[in-house]
Amino acid sequence: MSSRDRVLGRVRRALADVTPDERPYAEAVPRDYLREHGDRTVEQTVDLLAANLADYRALVHRCASAELPGLLARLLAQRGSAEVLVPAGLPAQWLAAADPVRVHDRAADTAHRLDRVGSVVTGCAVAIAETGTIVLDGSPDQGRRRISLVPDHHVCVVRVPEQVVSSVPGALERLDPARPLTWISGPSATSDIELDRVEGVHGPRTLEVVLVTGEPAGGR
Amino acid sequence: MSGTFVGMPAFPEAAHDALADPTLRGNLRHATRTIRAKRARAVAELPDWARLRAAGRRIKDHTLRHLDRYLEQLEEAVTAAGGTVHWAADADEANRIVTGLVRATGESEVVKVKSMATQEIGLNEALEAAGIRAYETDLAELIVQLGGDRPSHILVPAIHRNRGEIREIFAREMGDWGRPAPAGLTDTPADLAEAARLHLREKFLRAKVGISGANFMVAETGTLVVVESEGNGRMCLTLPETLISVVGIEKIVPTWRDLEVFLQTLPRSSTAERMNPYTSTWTGTTDEDGPAAFHLVLLDNGRTDTLADEIGRQALRCIRCSACLNVCPVYERAGGHAYGSVYPGPIGAILSPQLRGTGSEIDASLPYASSLCGACYEVCPVAIDIPEVLVHLRERVVQGGPAVREGNRVVLKPAKRHAAERAAMRAARWALTHPAALRGGQRLASRTRRLHPRTLPGPGRAWSATRDLPPVPAEPFRDWWQRTNGGRDDGK
Repeated sequence: MSSRDRVLGRVRRALADVTPDERPYAEAVPRDYLREHGDRTVEQTVDLLAANLADYRALVHRCASAELPGLLARLLAQRGSAEVLVPAGLPAQWLAAADPVRVHDRAADTAHRLDRVGSVVTGCAVAIAETGTIVLDGSPDQGRRRISLVPDHHVCVVRVPEQVVSSVPGALERLDPARPLTWISGPSATSDIELDRVEGVHGPRTLEVVLVTGEPAGGR
Repeated sequence: MSGTFVGMPAFPEAAHDALADPTLRGNLRHATRTIRAKRARAVAELPDWARLRAAGRRIKDHTLRHLDRYLEQLEEAVTAAGGTVHWAADADEANRIVTGLVRATGESEVVKVKSMATQEIGLNEALEAAGIRAYETDLAELIVQLGGDRPSHILVPAIHRNRGEIREIFAREMGDWGRPAPAGLTDTPADLAEAARLHLREKFLRAKVGISGANFMVAETGTLVVVESEGNGRMCLTLPETLISVVGIEKIVPTWRDLEVFLQTLPRSSTAERMNPYTSTWTGTTDEDGPAAFHLVLLDNGRTDTLADEIGRQALRCIRCSACLNVCPVYERAGGHAYGSVYPGPIGAILSPQLRGTGSEIDASLPYASSLCGACYEVCPVAIDIPEVLVHLRERVVQGGPAVREGNRVVLKPAKRHAAERAAMRAARWALTHPAALRGGQRLASRTRRLHPRTLPGPGRAWSATRDLPPVPAEPFRDWWQRTNGGRDDGK
């Protein structure tokens, strides 16, 4: 007998007492919990996102679409990175004013190559206000999972209010489980040493989030 | 560092030693109280907490009651997404499968995300025996591994270590495992984290094989979910060419939407955060993004035996948040090592004796490692009635009865140590129903009180070894009552 048959056989014998439940799953679980917590206007939801991002020690910036290239250039200059990783589908004008050398992530590049890059700039798929979370789904303006992981400085641009949802249920609805997803809430952190929170263990130690208004979706 | 500790003494003896360690008790008191207070605040932010808890319970119960169907659905979805599914009935089989998969890559080292399932089966030791070195990459697990130690908390495995001890372990051991600790390493947490970052980054960047567990598996889509804080999880799940995930069969949820419940309750219950810093989800393999090969090893190892117990099966709802440890007055004093299992605290006290059976001394004693105060049930985000299961398992230990071991129905005998307890209870029942004999016995006890030993002889030693015997009074209460007219003539 294969182990598959053995395990499934054990499961079925273990459940001999269970009476058949013909209710469809959709009716078996009460979903009377809230879709979001509190009543907020769109502006208040964006404010909450900014507040919760900052509470988990992300650096939050806000600007209008026209100011974005200048702001990104300033953030990269402050960081002093010689190279910046740029996903292939990042709108070109976002970095129009930036000095660092743009590096694209090619599949053939080793992780060691990426480790020499100081900063990365990405877009995002959705941002969750109640938890202060940004979610990346590997779309062309976000790139492979590794690019937002290996460099020490991650700048993420969120289009507000279009990409902002209030809550976790709202985010899951918008996301495609077939894509690899990375949910990020603040910079890498640990509390393993006497419960003192330390930012930056293995992922980026600095997370900057730019909330940009008036940026057209998928704009090139 | 194996998951099962051969010859581990029963809980009362292990706890006795832990209680004598003031550093451990200080660390535990600070840690559990801090987390407890923060958690209460994080939970209070959600006015629908009770409804989320009820939904989580129902989702897990429903899944367990139809586990065969969801396992088949999951297998199909993972396979369709480019993954390979393996089934392991026990620890040995899981270790054989993983070892074989690593060998097939030609690699002799792997990076690991913190995983209780792989600890449970002793995977690191099995890999080592096959000449494969496994590097733990969670900071706390690294501390534990370098220190040749065992984890003592589900969420903060090195909770028993002070920063000074951690500095010493890093300075002494890192060189043997790879990049040595920087010269002049101090004991500030930031400095220690930096040393770990440098040490481990070297391993992440060259790793070809990653091994993980998973917090959830979605049957409908074949998606696996790992929640973490440091980014070591993302490193292991993303950079290697081959990813092997070893996951207990109880970790399934039916639908993608179900994650909306657990991604709200798990972080708040465990680290008291609105959301943990990183959550990764992946479905099979994705072209040129992440590992090219993905293997899922579905682990039974006692879970189906647990499922067969109508009262005990609720332990399989556990999402490993560790909230029950942090509220438990017993865990707070004894620490995680005393439980002799990778699953410490209240949940360990019901999970370990079910996964492993109650044959060993430690497993027979675990259902007694509780004051039954009920705090663990109150705090559990999937409403596992831990006290109910504890009482149920105590009954099984004392009286024996039907159970399932490795898929077979067996009838358990009462545990040996408890024969003496039952004899004592029978004797007590006789004495209490024969007042003259009781009175005579009490007088005899009082007159001979100076001769009494501090510990009980024979089988009673197990009880008195970890407790102070109550002193026998100079005079039985009833004699005192009669002599003093109920206290009215006393002291005059």
